Amino acid sequence: MLNILPWMNGSRMNKTISEKIIGEHVGREVEAGEIVVADVDVAMVQDGTGPLSIQRLQKLNMERVFDPENTILFLDHAAPSPRKELSNSHKMLREFSKKTGAYLSEVGEGVCHQRLVEDWANPGYLMVGADSHTCTSGALGAFATGMGSTDVALAFALGKVWLKVPETFKFILKGELPEGVYSKDLILHIIQKIGADGATYKAMEFEGETIENLSMDSRFTITNMAIEAGAKTGIIPTDKDTKKYLEMRGRGERYREIKADSDADYERVFEIDVSELEPVISFPHTVDNVKKISEVDSIPLDQVYIGTCTNGRLEDLKVAAAILEGRRSNPETRLIVIPASMDVYKKALKEGLIEIFIEAGAAIQSPGCGPCVGVHMGVLGDGERVLSTQNRNFRGRMGNPEGFIYLGSPAMAAASAIEGKITDPRKYL
Amino acid sequence: MVIKGKVWKFGNDISTDHIAPGRYFHLRSNLPELAKHVLEDADPEFASKVNEGDIIVAGRNFGLGSSREHAPRIIKIAGVSCIIANSFARIFYRNSFNIGLPLLTTDTDKIEEGDELEIDLERGEIRDITKGFTLNSLPIPPFMMRLIQDGGIEEHVKKYGDFKVD
Repeated sequence: MLNILPWMNGSRMNKTISEKIIGEHVGREVEAGEIVVADVDVAMVQDGTGPLSIQRLQKLNMERVFDPENTILFLDHAAPSPRKELSNSHKMLREFSKKTGAYLSEVGEGVCHQRLVEDWANPGYLMVGADSHTCTSGALGAFATGMGSTDVALAFALGKVWLKVPETFKFILKGELPEGVYSKDLILHIIQKIGADGATYKAMEFEGETIENLSMDSRFTITNMAIEAGAKTGIIPTDKDTKKYLEMRGRGERYREIKADSDADYERVFEIDVSELEPVISFPHTVDNVKKISEVDSIPLDQVYIGTCTNGRLEDLKVAAAILEGRRSNPETRLIVIPASMDVYKKALKEGLIEIFIEAGAAIQSPGCGPCVGVHMGVLGDGERVLSTQNRNFRGRMGNPEGFIYLGSPAMAAASAIEGKITDPRKYL
Repeated sequence: MVIKGKVWKFGNDISTDHIAPGRYFHLRSNLPELAKHVLEDADPEFASKVNEGDIIVAGRNFGLGSSREHAPRIIKIAGVSCIIANSFARIFYRNSFNIGLPLLTTDTDKIEEGDELEIDLERGEIRDITKGFTLNSLPIPPFMMRLIQDGGIEEHVKKYGDFKVD
């Protein structure tokens, strides 16, 4: 791929991870604030944003892709298709794939961001996606950011994008997460602290002993939600666990050390001791409207959803299954479980997790975004409340502006499904 | 470039889900139809009230959330000539300039619904004709101004064959 330029590993430099990765893709040293044109390693669209990208490319007479293997079309937001208009959108993406060779991730393969970390994202990569949660891949040491359909369409054709090099906020996380507190609680806590626009245009770098001790699945939850603080991306330096993950996915040779220089210029540095955190919930209708479980009165739930690109991975399903094993969801509360990808689904089946969910009364659906986007499956009725492991709770997000969305960890979702109301998961650990 | 129009006022944290709700996902390949629902979850009447040339004025973090470019596109199709807000979410900001919809950032507290505004984009000057005051916006970055002058990123790429950022 790209040559390592002499300045990139130089100890006298003072670059953030974003400046380093973008610099490699521009071919010269760059600084926060500059507008540059950078080469792209991976570009993707999904079924909600891709049809517009293709329409734009057709209009420009530029129906081509820069690198078919790293140009991906995901059918995940409305998959399987619930209606003919969306079936026609899927048809359009399939035809584009045939015409250009772009990789098509079919209905049932899973949510784009989970599929990207499984099979495409690598340390040091520059990735763009027509989906705001593209920042998820940052947990593998990539610079990954969400953009609009036209930006990604042009990246498909030209293999490059224009970018403003972001300033960086560094989050140094110390201490051990208490029992019952997960990376979801941690990132919700951070978003509450800085606000839903607290990191607008910035890159968020997460490091410190807490992060080093988190599994890759837990790290993906953190970078996934960087956009919920307005950030351009979330990035975690690579380490032995990044390497192990890549080896497990069959591409250990793509491992590279990615870290900031010790004297990098940060716009702000936050130090957070996580050892005193407790489980938290984001209340309707903004993600930064976060409350501690100890401050919350009894809130009855009509639905619980465990899944999505935020918390539909194997570790999440294991945590939820451990709580639900031998128990049933409350008769007043529907439980929906959707593995984030087919790979997660297969592993969950092998480990007996799916059976536990079925015995608990859950509706299991095929891998995809599910009810998170409000397109199909699990749309709320008027006045209904859901606790979901997803990343957003904007009004109308799950298909009905008269619904109320609460966000929490998979453990809280499982405990809440049993009791039919928002419940402290520590009770079941 | 001078823009003149009447104000529709919105609050803080208007997300792209408010602008282009997920329940109309199936209309995304039919933007004029989707535009009939623009901003429906913030103001259900907006689409039927808005007129060509009108201006949206909002609070903080306008356009947060999903990357859906359909959101600024249907605002533009509905006839809106410019959006002024205290701040914008990043992807929405970029998408708007890419499609040739100018955004200005300033403290919007004093502007009210129904006010007539006259905007000088190059100078970043917003004159409230109804109330008789003038506000200065943060300057539009030169590259973003070039996108507006070129008529959006597609026309820009056609003109230069590439991105011309310097």
